[in-house]
Amino acid sequence: MTRTFRNRRTALLYILPALFLILSLVFLPIVLNLYNSLFRWNSFDAGRTFVGLEYYIRLFKDPVFYTALKNNSLYAIISLVFQVGGGLIIAAILEDKLIRRFQPFFRTVFFIPSVISIAVVGLLWQLLYNPEVGLVNGALKAIGQAEWARSWLGDSEVAIYAVVAVSQWQYTGYMAMLFLIAMQKIPFEYYEAAMIDGASRIKTFFNITVPQIKEMLLVGSVITVIGAFKVFDEVYIMTSGGPGRSTEVLGTMLYRSAFRNDEMGYASTIGTVVFVITLTLSLVQLKLGKSGQEV
Amino acid sequence: MTAKSNPIVKTDNVTEFRPGSPKLSMTIKNRIFQSAVLVWFSIFALVIIYPIIWLGLSGLKSNSDFFLNTWSLPEEWFWRNYKAAWDAGIGQFFLNSVYVTVVSVITVLLLGSMAAYGLSRFQFKGQNLVLILILSGLMLAPQVSLIPLYKLLQGFGLYNTYWALVLPYVAFQLPFSIFLMRSYFLSIPRELEESAIIDGCNTWKVYRHIIIPMGKPIIASCALLTGMNVWNEFMFALVFVEDSSLRTIPVGLMNLRSQLNTNFGIQLAGLAISALPMIIAYIIFQKQFVRGLTAGSVKG
Repeated sequence: MTRTFRNRRTALLYILPALFLILSLVFLPIVLNLYNSLFRWNSFDAGRTFVGLEYYIRLFKDPVFYTALKNNSLYAIISLVFQVGGGLIIAAILEDKLIRRFQPFFRTVFFIPSVISIAVVGLLWQLLYNPEVGLVNGALKAIGQAEWARSWLGDSEVAIYAVVAVSQWQYTGYMAMLFLIAMQKIPFEYYEAAMIDGASRIKTFFNITVPQIKEMLLVGSVITVIGAFKVFDEVYIMTSGGPGRSTEVLGTMLYRSAFRNDEMGYASTIGTVVFVITLTLSLVQLKLGKSGQEV
Repeated sequence: MTAKSNPIVKTDNVTEFRPGSPKLSMTIKNRIFQSAVLVWFSIFALVIIYPIIWLGLSGLKSNSDFFLNTWSLPEEWFWRNYKAAWDAGIGQFFLNSVYVTVVSVITVLLLGSMAAYGLSRFQFKGQNLVLILILSGLMLAPQVSLIPLYKLLQGFGLYNTYWALVLPYVAFQLPFSIFLMRSYFLSIPRELEESAIIDGCNTWKVYRHIIIPMGKPIIASCALLTGMNVWNEFMFALVFVEDSSLRTIPVGLMNLRSQLNTNFGIQLAGLAISALPMIIAYIIFQKQFVRGLTAGSVKG
């Protein structure tokens, strides 16, 4: 037995096909991206000129870059409040002994939007936000707040919030489900003890529920923030970064530089920035979480 | 169930939700709390589900009906919208999506389970390094690889083929599946394998006749999660394929939007066609979905 499974060559035979694909299509491109960002080049021209760090300097002077950073950060903060904070409260209430009977129904319904593709959700919400036929303005009129109605995606003041709101609609139930799964592992005895002590719901929530699932809370927060810096689909579909450049995020900025303006070097620079940000956040998770992979 | 001899990954495969608690005597305070929550959550549920129902219903309306009666049920049920959407291109996109998803999922399951087997059963030098390499693939943002992959695929003449989607999808989905399957395989008891080896089985037979059958639950979860991610993927599909005959549904829907312009009924029917498979799969296979989420929480 032991000898059979100590054979390194046999082991690698099983692992290599997967490892090869991951190395060549996930890791190699990261290295290439870094290299690409040092040249001026475009997609259909073989020639490239070495420009060193010129694009990095340009990026840090580009006002759109700061708009994008601001929008990504906004995405992260709002998602932390609604998806992590809101999801936590929803999960805690669904686990309450008085509500648990109804839990299967609510957790199923709340989760549904997260299985639909972001493309479908984006196109759907574009219609819902439509100033003429959309349900959003219709609903506002129905509850007597007609003055709040507006062209949600066409107004550069509110467009980014309208886009971020769609993600909250889509993923809050997903986060709630993750927290529910973690809460299922908390021993009943803890709650029974709290009940005997006469602790209130809010006390129980802060003294038992939250500390018991803090690992999942951390993982949930980190994947939410990383997700906020990876966003592309919904912004591209709903606004393409507009009106003006008001809803630009790093992902759409990269896409525009590469495939609209054909400045591949500049786009690669943005790619490097996305890489550094997501890598840093992942390392934070590894460092804070005991094992990082526990959940 | 906890894995032994396991350097970084610890997973309990708790999949079942607890049953509801027995009947409780209700004080007035509790009754108020319960009713308030139920009202609040029902409104929530409505906000979440109504747009989806509206999507399905509006897809069944004629265009004038759609504009005049946004909120009501269709005056006449326009099933032909679904037919029209299918013929306008959704049919082709749908089949492309099915093809790309099936090929990607099968490849991920095969290569992923083999790698997970290699990493969970064998002991060799450098094992941890390989494991860390694969698992760190979980954290990388696909945007970073977008342009280099685009050039690589062009260089190998794969740009604008099905392979331009399948290969990157497989590579980006493998780490998660390996992560899930490996932790599950570690929890499979080894006695059976030991006797199989003594009976003269080789490692391939162990993989084929012990690990795969016993790992079925996690393989099902991987299939669902991988399938969902591939079916819904947008950015690679937008960049790596340019012929509309190769487009998958998410990007195809974008094209349809500009093509159909204000014919909302047909557009919404198209959206419904592409959302339905996932919603149905989720409702039928909830248990497998939840198992996948339990074992590893990574957002698509």
